[in-house]
Amino acid sequence: MMKNNDKVTNIFLSGVGGQGTILASNILTEVFLNAGYDVKKSEVHGMAQRGGDVTTHFRFGKKVYSPLIKYGDVDFLLSFELLEALRYINWVKEDGKIIINKQEVFPPAVNLGVAKYPDGVEEVFKKYFKENVQVINGQEIAGKLGNVQAANVVLIGAFSNFFPEIKEAAWVKAIKGLLKEKLHELNIKAFSEGRKAL
Amino acid sequence: MKKEVKVLQGNSAIARGAWEAGVTFASAYPGTPSSEILQEIADNYPDIYAEWSPNEKVAVEVASGASISGARVMASMKHVGLNVASDPFMTLAYTGIKGGMMIVVADDPNVHSSQNEQDSRNWARFAKVPMLEPGDAQECKDFTKVAFDISEEFDTPVLLRGETRVSHSDSPVTLENRKESKIPIGLDPKDAPKYVMVPANVRVRRKFIEERMRKLEAYADGFKYNRMEINDPGVGIIASGVSYLYAKEVFPEYSFLKLGMIWPLPKKMIAEFYKKVKKVIIVEELDPFFETEIKAMGYKVFHGKDLIPNMYELSPEIVEQSLMGKKYKAPKIRIKPEDLPRRPPNLCAGCSHRPLFYALKKLGTFVFGDIGCYTLAAAPPLQALHACICMGAGIGGAHGAMKAFGKAGLGKMCAVLGDSTFLHSGITSLMNVVYNKGNSTTIILDNRITGMTGHQEHAGTGFTVRQEPANMVNYEELSKALGVKSIRKVDPYKIEETMKIIKEELAKDEPSVIITVNSPCIMLKRANRKFKDPFFIINEDNCRGCKMCLEIGCPAISWKEGAGATKDGHKRKGTVYIDKGVCIGCDICTQICKYKAIVPGKR
Repeated sequence: MMKNNDKVTNIFLSGVGGQGTILASNILTEVFLNAGYDVKKSEVHGMAQRGGDVTTHFRFGKKVYSPLIKYGDVDFLLSFELLEALRYINWVKEDGKIIINKQEVFPPAVNLGVAKYPDGVEEVFKKYFKENVQVINGQEIAGKLGNVQAANVVLIGAFSNFFPEIKEAAWVKAIKGLLKEKLHELNIKAFSEGRKAL
Repeated sequence: MKKEVKVLQGNSAIARGAWEAGVTFASAYPGTPSSEILQEIADNYPDIYAEWSPNEKVAVEVASGASISGARVMASMKHVGLNVASDPFMTLAYTGIKGGMMIVVADDPNVHSSQNEQDSRNWARFAKVPMLEPGDAQECKDFTKVAFDISEEFDTPVLLRGETRVSHSDSPVTLENRKESKIPIGLDPKDAPKYVMVPANVRVRRKFIEERMRKLEAYADGFKYNRMEINDPGVGIIASGVSYLYAKEVFPEYSFLKLGMIWPLPKKMIAEFYKKVKKVIIVEELDPFFETEIKAMGYKVFHGKDLIPNMYELSPEIVEQSLMGKKYKAPKIRIKPEDLPRRPPNLCAGCSHRPLFYALKKLGTFVFGDIGCYTLAAAPPLQALHACICMGAGIGGAHGAMKAFGKAGLGKMCAVLGDSTFLHSGITSLMNVVYNKGNSTTIILDNRITGMTGHQEHAGTGFTVRQEPANMVNYEELSKALGVKSIRKVDPYKIEETMKIIKEELAKDEPSVIITVNSPCIMLKRANRKFKDPFFIINEDNCRGCKMCLEIGCPAISWKEGAGATKDGHKRKGTVYIDKGVCIGCDICTQICKYKAIVPGKR
């Protein structure tokens, strides 16, 4: 129903509690605020510290009203886990772009052997979104740098390629502002490796 | 000078607003989605005294004392917390305040993490106090500041309705400086008639609050955060908070009456809005609160709760879909998400609650539980928690059940609650068990912290909200003082022994308390919990695929299909697998495995 041309960009992040979904969305928030946009971000989770699913709605534009993205209106899906990407596939617009971290974290029902972890998540995405789907092994890239925990920032690095108007320095500044100093070097490297990975 | 703009979470913006408003006293009991408010104050605003209270009733009571002394004060809690605090709150509406007082009550539509879904706006009408509702972080800050002005101008506590989507969303906020309150600190005995609520004084104040409501109604009509946006005169939407933002998102061309003060309602403004637009739609989350009131004023509501759900959280598409009906164009369905495995929260790998509940399950005990991480023990495969009403209710529930059963109940049931919950409202119930000659067993799961809400300190942890060392409540001594004679300690990681002790206590015809020891929350960094072995692995020569170890629901253990046999020839349909990145070596699964198939990993 939006009639004006002040388009709002909708970014949906999904993952499992503990994967750094919220930190990733904080980086986006800093970057786009500093680039002069209105921003709104909302975390949607229950008791995520206990391994539940976590999603974050992030929106930027000239003026943003709702903190939640409308169902079916996602421009970019950034997922840190395969199943958590698939869970939100219907949210993505026809021409939406998708970056998925190639990692499987089994939910309790799968661990118990009463449910099956879905096969072929990549193929399902490629069927609908063709070349707009990118799958990255964030753990592997971060692992080579010495800490698999930085996989979330690897993904952010890859994702940053969609916004060529924002310089690498702006991302680095946000990472530095949000992380403890001893983690700067690792995460800046993780960002840069991610940026090259796409 | 250019003002500093920072992206803040709604809760952080409330904390910032309190600081800018010159608040000097803040109290709270943690509860999602309100918990971050007090923590933010403790971490970033040293000008404000801050404390975790044992429960919300106490939080409001201590805040009232500081207010009567002249300080600007804030108490914050979740929706169900105001139920606990309702006793002092309802009477504070009568006494009024001296230093400004704001009570934040954060609703949880869609019950992300609560035991019920209630609309706190009803408390404002019930208590006859004003209520404000912000929609984003900037409004959280602005409304907090104006709340203190309203409080002092009208001699009333002011409610701020938070809710999940506002508390837990982030947006830009323009920062301003702090202004200290002009009210001097002091107590005047001559004010006693205002603060001593004996009937003669109550009757005086009863009249006062009716006058105050009339004045507040007039104020609401000129309140700058109640505003009209006249666009399309055909349709006008009345909304507040995040509901306004959803409606504005999907129907930007319509006219709006955006309410910042949601009680009392601006009657003149509503009349004017009805003159300016043809049809009025009311978009509100949860109850038909505005709708009922506006209909009672004699107006027609074109659409409201006839189309928009009165339960769960709203969202832009729910608003759009509800109001557009058949004209709503649904997005394309590519997969059915309901066919995918769900990912509910689970007790952490290594959590001390897991073996304790496993022991209770093995004993077949009916468990009257409580609100906290351990409520997760209700989920499969443990399914070892059978009732959970509110904080502190488990002890009362078990006592009541034991009375109903008489001696036949011995050995069959118990109450289980956490350390913070015990201090919140378990103590009075335990005292009641002893006093009324009960014989129920209470198990205090002492994990040394308020776990589920994200690690808040309490009177039993030895630290204040600002990490200053503090006295630690000794649950054993306290239970003794309440009159409990049978008090035992258990290490829940020793399952056999735990079962033995629980069985003995359940059978006793007297009140008894079992306290867990050696069981800090495994996420609690300062406890530095280390187990003997770093992690466990499966010895596939021995694993028979019996799935016994899966019964504890540990997130580190998963099932791997595949026919095979043990070394000594037992056929199997698969084996289990332990994720060494998740396992922390708590040793629970090895106690359950009968075939020595789970062995220490290498350090």
